[in-house]
Amino acid sequence: MKFGVIQFPGTCDELDALNAARLVGDARLLWHADPRLHHVDAVIVPGGFSYGDYLRAGAIARFAPVMDSVIAFAREGGLVLGICNGFQILCEANLLPGALLVNANRRFTFRQVNLDVIRPHTPFTRACPPATADGDSEQPIRLSIPAKHSCGRYYADEPTLDAIEARGQVVLRYAPGENFNGSLRDIAAVSNQAGNVLGLMPHPEHAVHELLGGSADGLCLFRSMSLALDADAT
Amino acid sequence: MRARVLIRPKAGILDPQGAAVERALPALGFAGASHVHVGRLVELDIEDADQLRPMCERLLANPLVEDYEIQLLDPAPRDEASA
Repeated sequence: MKFGVIQFPGTCDELDALNAARLVGDARLLWHADPRLHHVDAVIVPGGFSYGDYLRAGAIARFAPVMDSVIAFAREGGLVLGICNGFQILCEANLLPGALLVNANRRFTFRQVNLDVIRPHTPFTRACPPATADGDSEQPIRLSIPAKHSCGRYYADEPTLDAIEARGQVVLRYAPGENFNGSLRDIAAVSNQAGNVLGLMPHPEHAVHELLGGSADGLCLFRSMSLALDADAT
Repeated sequence: MRARVLIRPKAGILDPQGAAVERALPALGFAGASHVHVGRLVELDIEDADQLRPMCERLLANPLVEDYEIQLLDPAPRDEASA
């Protein structure tokens, strides 16, 4: 299976995303001005500052030629993962509900965060290791991965929040005490209704080697996508 | 035609920039300022003013979280450079 990692002018995390994807499969970059997806099986919209984040984060990138193809790919059920700026772009493209606002602490914040896996059986989380050796389902799976952003406060209006919670679209939450950006209802990752598009602000692609950052917890998201695609193929 | 679009956070949405400015003002001796909100201003020359609203809906504002207000400034003020 092959991942496609989109590169916009101003993207800065595409090489780490490429590296993470290559630990579980094949991967290539996709250039923003080229509308073709080159037969990739899954798309990653990585972090950075696409088009300088002018106007609003993701507002300009959302209209890049490649995004029309990503939107069509997502509507057909293709797996799309948006990380940080990628999450902002997917919200701007209306592939995901809600919006990302300036952090409640008003600061660019870089720190390791603990995330609880609320939905462990999605195409993005199915390979996350059980929280305990005996698979105690009462205990949430907890991932430790870094976050770095100034505009990551998840916001949607109350009816939308109620609806996405009821439909199981809240896939990850900040663990108690970890919600530094003020995201509503501690939401860290949200999927679309069909479950094939996921966005999150923290960076799983930066946590794929124990030696770099002390955690490889991020890898399970990429492994999950790989497993989901293999399951589809058989 | 000259147009001005004012974009501001929707009422009720936390506005950290506005809150920071509001807290900074008393420190400078400006008492009595409240409900401070910080938004964006987009000014442009446009031939067809009917395009402004769809322009705001699709790009200039995010209607989920921002309100916008369109002002038409006619006749267009001369550029400072040419005045």
